[in-house]
Amino acid sequence: MKYGLGLIAVAAITAVAGTAAISDSNADKAALAAVKARQSQMTLYAFNIGLLGGMAKGNVEYDATAASAAAANLASLSKLDQSRLWPQGSDNETLGHDVTEALPKIWAADSDIAQKGMALVEAATAMESAAGGGLDSLRGAMGPLGKSCGSCHETYRQAKN
Amino acid sequence: MRILLKIIVVLGVVAAGALWMLSGPNPLPKDTMAGLTGDATRGETVFWAGGCASCHADPKAEGEDKLVLSGGYRIESPFGTFLAPNISPGPAGIGDWSDLDLANALMHGLSPEGQHLYPALPYTTYIHMQPQDVADLKAYMDTLPVSDVASLPHELAFPFNIRRGLGLWKLVNLSESWVMTQANTPELERGRYLVEALGHCAECHTPRDVTGGLDRDKWMSGAPNPSGKGEIPAIDPANLDWSAGDIAYYLETGFTPDYDSAGGQMAKVIAGMAHLDSSDRDAIAAYLKALP
Repeated sequence: MKYGLGLIAVAAITAVAGTAAISDSNADKAALAAVKARQSQMTLYAFNIGLLGGMAKGNVEYDATAASAAAANLASLSKLDQSRLWPQGSDNETLGHDVTEALPKIWAADSDIAQKGMALVEAATAMESAAGGGLDSLRGAMGPLGKSCGSCHETYRQAKN
Repeated sequence: MRILLKIIVVLGVVAAGALWMLSGPNPLPKDTMAGLTGDATRGETVFWAGGCASCHADPKAEGEDKLVLSGGYRIESPFGTFLAPNISPGPAGIGDWSDLDLANALMHGLSPEGQHLYPALPYTTYIHMQPQDVADLKAYMDTLPVSDVASLPHELAFPFNIRRGLGLWKLVNLSESWVMTQANTPELERGRYLVEALGHCAECHTPRDVTGGLDRDKWMSGAPNPSGKGEIPAIDPANLDWSAGDIAYYLETGFTPDYDSAGGQMAKVIAGMAHLDSSDRDAIAAYLKALP
């Protein structure tokens, strides 16, 4: 928990210091690079969850080793330092709706994005222990994992077109 | 000339009287709930399938707090903003309502005093509810925590703030007929009940006509998002190529076939659907696949 809050604090400080120090066009470039990086991270989440979900749905044959590997990737990904991925001014109002779906609310004073991020770490860690323990065990961990994705997307992502 | 004027005045009075009559409340028969006893366990399924918490929980509530139905969610529309009221089982909510009161609200859009309720409460779909399900739902809701948060008034401009006018709206938009007229298997019948009666999926996924009623000819073909930018996706077979298994799994976990996840108001819907038996999610999927 401490770890996640620390990351967000670092992110906030970086964001403030960052916007003050560099010119607008450089800031734009940096914001766009951050968007690209975090979208890539989301893609990696989806790629690894894809194997676990395929097994849970019965589309892919259950394989404890492969499931454990995907779940371990997911857990590692969730713990990556994200402090540079979410600079101030990288929301969809500033950069445009075709660039990012990140709502400005993420950076608002009452934002609970840090807690939501920690919920993902917890769900992914639980999946890491569950995935190799049989298909039912994997299936049981999918629900909380989906919930942790959804609870952040519910509040902080622009609804889909 | 004066005779013509008199005729016009008389016709006007007659028309006004007719409109007044037509716009009056039309409550359920008084014995609708007679002999029915609510079962709270069954009512919990009705509660989650009906999506009550999606609007009536505090918008910021998480986890167990979603069962405190204090209201406050803002439903934006072209007619103004509706504020979901407190429906917890206490004095600030609906603690003193009878089963029949709840049935009149859900199935005919009427308050216990006989006033029209706004169709932000989706009674155009709850009209299909079984009275037994209403009794079960009431029994379950009576077990939930009490909130003393006061309900806030809707933010509506003239003429939409005149509730009597809703009587005319109901004449046009409140129908007891199903959209899927043939549901030939028990699974399809259950799916139809879950989608068209309880889940009120069409409220967002079907476009509306000028009166704000659902355009049943464009059932589930997607619609503008009334509460913001973008579109609510189409979920009819012409537009959604997911398998039945994909749909059921999405309703359980929020994961799309590409392992993106549901967001916005749909994340709240999934949180409710996840509480249902898997056979119910399968039934919803079967219904959607069977649409024309």
